[in-house]
Amino acid sequence: MPEPVLQVTGLRRTFGAVRAVDDVSFTLGAGGSLGIVGESGSGKTTTARIIVGLEQADEGQVTVQARARAGRARGRAERLARAREVQMVFQDPYLSLDPRTSVEAVLRETLRLHFPGTDHEARIRELLDQVGLGTRAADALPRQLSGGQRQRVAIARALAVQPAVLVLDEAVAALDVSVQAQVLNLLADIREQTGIGYLFITHDLGVVRCVTDEVIVMRHGRIVESGPTGRVLADPEHPYTRLLLESVPRPGWDPDGIAAARRAL
Amino acid sequence: MNALDIQGLRLQLPGSARPVLDGVDLTVAPGETVALVGESGSGKTLTSRTALGLLPPGAVTEGRVLVDGQDVLTMAPDRLRALRTGQAAMIFQDPGAAINPLRRIGDFLTESVRLTGTVNAADADRRAVELLDAVGLGPELLRRYPGQLSGGMLQRVMIAAALMGDPILLLADEPTTALDVTSQAEVVALLGRLRARFGTGLLFVTHDLGLAAAISDRVYVMYAGRIAETGPAAALFDRPRHPYTAALLASTPRLEAPSGRLAAIDGQPPDLRQELTGCAFAARCLHATELCREEAPALRGTHPAACHHPLEGSRTDA
Repeated sequence: MPEPVLQVTGLRRTFGAVRAVDDVSFTLGAGGSLGIVGESGSGKTTTARIIVGLEQADEGQVTVQARARAGRARGRAERLARAREVQMVFQDPYLSLDPRTSVEAVLRETLRLHFPGTDHEARIRELLDQVGLGTRAADALPRQLSGGQRQRVAIARALAVQPAVLVLDEAVAALDVSVQAQVLNLLADIREQTGIGYLFITHDLGVVRCVTDEVIVMRHGRIVESGPTGRVLADPEHPYTRLLLESVPRPGWDPDGIAAARRAL
Repeated sequence: MNALDIQGLRLQLPGSARPVLDGVDLTVAPGETVALVGESGSGKTLTSRTALGLLPPGAVTEGRVLVDGQDVLTMAPDRLRALRTGQAAMIFQDPGAAINPLRRIGDFLTESVRLTGTVNAADADRRAVELLDAVGLGPELLRRYPGQLSGGMLQRVMIAAALMGDPILLLADEPTTALDVTSQAEVVALLGRLRARFGTGLLFVTHDLGLAAAISDRVYVMYAGRIAETGPAAALFDRPRHPYTAALLASTPRLEAPSGRLAAIDGQPPDLRQELTGCAFAARCLHATELCREEAPALRGTHPAACHHPLEGSRTDA
């Protein structure tokens, strides 16, 4: 196993009486791709938000590149340093970009914040090129772009600081199938070229099959199963994983059986 | 008689250079489940909404949209209102957005039939309880508010509400997209049971090819306002004839497929501001020739595909 780039141990978070995240531990190797699957309320998004620092854990530890993150970042310098290690791409490409800021300005703002005093023009071209956006897109405002293009901008912005880990929270769920395939392929290319690690939060098992090496299945805040993606999907051990797999619609699908199994579980 | 019979529907919107719907033919027989599949902007939602006479402002239409044999496009407003509470009903994608959060479930279920004045309050309540039971929910829900129910339960309430007027046509626009996969199965199972019990024709609008394959008898694939291909679900998914259907299948991440790159479709669907000559898919199609760029193909064959060079053979070599 390569050097772990992200290590999560004994993570817990409660909201009132709800245990949103309950004793979650996992490791992401450098350049690896780990999927977290689960339904709404499984705690997958809360886990992701704790890792990027948008939410604080009640207990447990997040270690990125062998540095433990204890509590909230103290001061601007530490906050920026943390942001350079882990970046996030959100689900909705229509909400995650400022409607008044052009693509180029979005990237320049991020680069200025993290690397002040250097010239960013070349880097902006490089980033646009990396996510498959032409220089023509550089001047565009978000509303002039399609959903797929916007998500490429969000990915370029996340890559701008050269993070070790990219957290993708349902990042392709809002895209059309043909565009989703383009973005998934792009993400595979980027991982190959840069050795970045992915944490892929999704409800879609087909996407997990396609882009992750390992997978964690979460339910009610707990990990119910984990392992290499191929093994977990081909030979699931936990009844909940089996239910999730059977729930994927395909010809010869038995929705009545799934509904019964769901109530039994 | 078909529950829904759309004939040569053309719909033009102000500010667009080409018709948003361009000669759509589609039928749904009583008791049949038909899936209408397409990506955003393909016109699938617009097509389903015309069945209720719900047109965007400024729309100019040609063709006929027959529900239970009557043309919705030329219908008088009071007839249309009766149609929407009676013969045809729609289940929307987001149940949370389609139900008034300030009114009780009971009010929501009975308001449409009570507004038409044909049913008194006691009968409407009785019918609501009966349908709640049919969708697997108890009568105590009548007193509850939407905020007290989960998304899956709300969608079942929506389905019960749609059945209040004994529709012969049920339009479901992405009814499970906002739900978790396991509750999706429950809603689909329910729709199947109700269709068998009430003999309702179901038009299921979705972007999910796997779901369409799993639940429907027949499928229509739409692209840029036109029907690209139609046929029995099994034939269409095993042996797609239109290159767009084949490409869409190939770009869907699948459980059975090996991990790695997907066969993505390059480019984007045509812009509404540009006129279309020839086949709408030609610019993204690997098989396109000069003919495709000049002349729009018609739907042809026993398993019809609107393509000059339809594919033969199986999906694997498409």
